[in-house]
Amino acid sequence: MSGEGLTVRDLRVTFDGFKAVDGVDLDIRPGDLRFLIGPNGAGKTTLVDAVTGLVKSAGSVRFGGEELIGKPVHRIARMGIGRTFQTATVFEELTVLQNLDIAAGAGRGVWTMLRRRKGIPEAVTKALETTGLTELHDRPAGVLAHGQKQWLEIGMLLVQDVKLLLLDEPVAGMSHDEREATGALLQRVSEDHTVVVIEHDMDFMRSFARSVSVLHAGKVLSEGSVAEVQADPRVQEVYLGRASEPEPAPEPAAASVPVAEEA
Amino acid sequence: MTTTTTTSPAPPVALLERFRVPAGFALGAVLLLGVAPLALSDFRLSLLAKYLCYAIVAVGVSLAWGRGGLMVLGQGVFFGLGGYAMAMHLKLADAAATGQTLPDFMQLYGTGDTLPWWWEPFANPAFALAMTVLLPMAVAALLGFFVFQRRVKGAYFAILSQALAAALAIWLVGQQATTGGTNGLTDIQGFFGYSLDDPVNQRMVYFIIAAVLLLLMAAARQLFVSRYGELLIAVRDSEERVRFLGYNPANVKLVAYVIAAGMAGLAGALFVPAVGIISPALIGIVPSIGFVIGAAVGGRASLVGAVLGAIAVAWAQSTLSDAFPAAWTYLQGLLFVVAVGFLPGGLASLGIVLRKRRAGTGTGTRTTGETA
Repeated sequence: MSGEGLTVRDLRVTFDGFKAVDGVDLDIRPGDLRFLIGPNGAGKTTLVDAVTGLVKSAGSVRFGGEELIGKPVHRIARMGIGRTFQTATVFEELTVLQNLDIAAGAGRGVWTMLRRRKGIPEAVTKALETTGLTELHDRPAGVLAHGQKQWLEIGMLLVQDVKLLLLDEPVAGMSHDEREATGALLQRVSEDHTVVVIEHDMDFMRSFARSVSVLHAGKVLSEGSVAEVQADPRVQEVYLGRASEPEPAPEPAAASVPVAEEA
Repeated sequence: MTTTTTTSPAPPVALLERFRVPAGFALGAVLLLGVAPLALSDFRLSLLAKYLCYAIVAVGVSLAWGRGGLMVLGQGVFFGLGGYAMAMHLKLADAAATGQTLPDFMQLYGTGDTLPWWWEPFANPAFALAMTVLLPMAVAALLGFFVFQRRVKGAYFAILSQALAAALAIWLVGQQATTGGTNGLTDIQGFFGYSLDDPVNQRMVYFIIAAVLLLLMAAARQLFVSRYGELLIAVRDSEERVRFLGYNPANVKLVAYVIAAGMAGLAGALFVPAVGIISPALIGIVPSIGFVIGAAVGGRASLVGAVLGAIAVAWAQSTLSDAFPAAWTYLQGLLFVVAVGFLPGGLASLGIVLRKRRAGTGTGTRTTGETA
């Protein structure tokens, strides 16, 4: 198993006349670890919203041969597409284990649902190990550190048995060590999943991306390996080389203080 | 809830924890089925029977509102449907016992001497009993399906529920000839062949109500600790996230809403033999708010908190509204605001809140912690 590929053709999303996504074509091969980068407002998150059914869109998004546009959110999720959000949304009042158990259970029958959980499902044990949260399994998710919440979210996608993970700025606000750990986690995950990461952090992208798409003003500006994209003069113009700065970081991603608790 | 995770050998504290719930349940059973009937006069016991009916509604409120986050401000509709279904059957049985075909009020206000067609099936006791639960559940399923599918939430859902309660009460008032209008269905004499004038039979009704309450608490407790219960909390706290996990949150909420409606219907049905009347004044907007106040004060996410809160508030109402009839409504509103605004976990969470404050770790209230 190496995940499933995603094919996007002429995708368009319009908000009150504003073209947030303006004719995007994307081909993401099974098993890729693709980074979507681009300045604020380039349409990265909106693209993910459109693929997962959160916003209305026109064009075509095919996943494993099936058209996604027009399907409700929970059906797309059941086809094997999982996503995270910029702010970690875990169920704060439930434990880590309960969070993962719920994520694992979308196909459960009535009888199973009405009974108490006995033991820990195998997929959950595996995800606890992969994300390094085994020790914390009976803690309420609300007390986890910022980075741990993001890992829990990725773990929830894993037990959900998704084939494609869409991660929206998974390392924003993380410390250096947390970012390294997350990168290693993503590489492990991409061995048998397709992973798409929206990211602002250029260092992080250079260290871990297998391929990169640059979005600008709702369109794909450039695509290829990290080196190819960095060498593209158009990318340097709109994004990377702006005012000849080597590493512009629109997001204060270098902030080394992890945001422990959000209200 | 955190005790359910492992199967490793239990240390003494966990062992205590394990028997806490069955022990609490047994204590409740002894109090309700043993101590109360022995200690209370017939009059007091019949009052308690009435309060326990409100407590049954509170069990459903605890599930739908406490765990599911659905502010069910219109439980009067379901309480009323259950109550009227039961009262219609009892009125028909009363009439049949005296050789009449029509209930007394229809002879006074009715336009003809035939029974309306929709009354007829309620002559059958099995049908009427089934309807006390199925009718509220069906209405809740229909309403819930459209409301949750369209993602109506929060205050809008609460207002919609209120409007429905008002509409049903107004409709009943307008149908004097077939529903008894403002008076409602009153003066109920018998209960499946037993005279309700006999104190022994009144006690029997009390025992039935107490037993039903205990059974429904056990059933609700099972739902709380089940995987469904965990999912319901997840939907309450982050509906959107649940959707991205591949569930349809509308269905998750619908189940809780329908079960709560069924419980309210059963409570309404049992209220009729206990009190001898069902009327629009008992199911409209004010009583609908009353149904949730007890749960809010006691602690809506805690089953025992909600039940004790409902009993306490009902007791306070009958005591205080006699002494200060004008002030009670204000006090009721105040209680609601204070409980929802300042102590969302209700009195059941007071211990946790105080402990946290003493420890200086903020005032966040946990609403999932204690379940029984």
